[in-house]
Amino acid sequence: MYKIKNGILIGIKYITLILGAIVAIIPLVVVFMASFKTKAEFASSNKLDLPESFLNIENYKTAFTGGKMVLGFVNTSIILVVALFGTIIIGTLVAYVLSRFEFKLSKILMILFLFATLIPSVTTQVATFQIVESLGLFNSRLAPIMIYMGTDIISIYIFIQFMGSISVSLDESAMLEGASYFTIYRKIIMPLLKPAIVTVVIIRGITMYNDFYTPFLYMPSADLPVVSTSLFRFVGPFGAQWEIICAGIIITIIPTLIIFFLLQKYIYNGFTQGSVK
Amino acid sequence: MSRLKYSTQRRILIFAFLIIPITLLVTFSYLPLANLFYYSTTSWNGLSKVKEFIGVDNYVRLFTDPKYFEVFKVSLYYLVGSFIQLGVALYFATVLSFKVKAKNFFKGAIFFPYLINGVAIALIFRVFFQSGGTLDSVLELIGLGNLSQQWLLDTKINNIALAGVSVWRYMGFNFIIFLGAMQSIGSEIYEAADIDGANKWQKFRYIILPSIRRIIELNLILSISGAIAVFDIPYIMLHGSNGTGTFVIQTVNMAFETGKLGLASSMAVVLLFIVVFVTIIQRVYFAIKKED
Repeated sequence: MYKIKNGILIGIKYITLILGAIVAIIPLVVVFMASFKTKAEFASSNKLDLPESFLNIENYKTAFTGGKMVLGFVNTSIILVVALFGTIIIGTLVAYVLSRFEFKLSKILMILFLFATLIPSVTTQVATFQIVESLGLFNSRLAPIMIYMGTDIISIYIFIQFMGSISVSLDESAMLEGASYFTIYRKIIMPLLKPAIVTVVIIRGITMYNDFYTPFLYMPSADLPVVSTSLFRFVGPFGAQWEIICAGIIITIIPTLIIFFLLQKYIYNGFTQGSVK
Repeated sequence: MSRLKYSTQRRILIFAFLIIPITLLVTFSYLPLANLFYYSTTSWNGLSKVKEFIGVDNYVRLFTDPKYFEVFKVSLYYLVGSFIQLGVALYFATVLSFKVKAKNFFKGAIFFPYLINGVAIALIFRVFFQSGGTLDSVLELIGLGNLSQQWLLDTKINNIALAGVSVWRYMGFNFIIFLGAMQSIGSEIYEAADIDGANKWQKFRYIILPSIRRIIELNLILSISGAIAVFDIPYIMLHGSNGTGTFVIQTVNMAFETGKLGLASSMAVVLLFIVVFVTIIQRVYFAIKKED
């Protein structure tokens, strides 16, 4: 009796898991197959049918050349590298100062940084827009870079949390040997913060790569696409050409998929740690 | 620099290290916040030089005309969706925290949608809900072809469809958080439970649930502010048309398309207060919990 019941439970377990995986994957598989179909094929075939040939890469060519995706990848890469570099420097500097020194304003500053996480950024864009414009950053890559660097309090928070696990006695013994505070930050704190830096790079990198709103609002020029906005603009000119749009979707997902396969463990850990507040 | 006294160094360092981060914080967080309040008391259109002060008129208009708040009904779909999402995430996390074949595959498949670009997701689901699209094809395959309909146009179901997309996108995130929390439960607790002859349900009820309760509660509260601030999926997929507009979409359109920046600012302020209010309740609630 127990065995039968157990068998049923195991059956249910695997059926639900397989169903879950199918629901997660099917929308992607259909888009993947559609990206190899010709226009006529896409219109006539069932969505679940395989394409006639997986060698038909015409849609990809059109998506790449006609859709400004190359330029999108270049711009996204530039923004990503500069903003991540800035985020790490800023985050570690703030975390170092706020968690190692106590001074008159340190408590107030901590509260100011933490309160800023409460402000839902999507609501304040109405006013941020005017500031970006008055700084002359509108329609430049600097706009998203500055916004990502300026509003990324989560990273500061992660670094501050992590600083707590780095023993102050390390700082003290370095001071006995006459190291300056800057040397301590540079030679002791920075290397020890590496795991936190990995977490921040993953969480923020994925967020920036996927962000649509910021570049859409601040870099609307057709000559300044990022990956998100170039894909968004596919819908206009390729209005009814879903097979080309599908190729664009796959092009957008491939880098994410590669990173996911390579860094799976770090990604899981990054999100688990980054969210436990 | 190492020859300077530590106290002097300290002062230089604090100043040098913080000046840029604080400038950025003020410029991109607090200045917009202050301006938002200021704009909300004007009839500014976003372009003209003069910003005419009109006091609380925007707020009066907002609170006396029910049409501005009607869109919150749309948020309810997402709220219900996120409860389902948490339940499903909890189920899969529990199942996958035990021994399972092909564990990494299932874990990856369930989590991966969360990493996908929002624009890509919006377009994937345009294909999914098209007539003759993915969903219709699957329904036909399993003999439910007569259920096919205009998923995104029919105002009776389009918000359910969009909330479904949101569940598809974000479930993996809750799942991975729950799984992470469950994996920190020591194996000796399960072994002790095995000795006591506990079954699977009892293990879930008396071991897993109590130890991840805080994280579940946190995710529940986060889903409330999440449901209120829904933006990109309905915006990219349908531009908020056909009754799928949310409060944020309404605000953004008001500011950048109809040029009523003053009124839009007052709407943003209202949204801000709601989100901050929910968060404060959460913090207070957890602070009380901690003391228990």
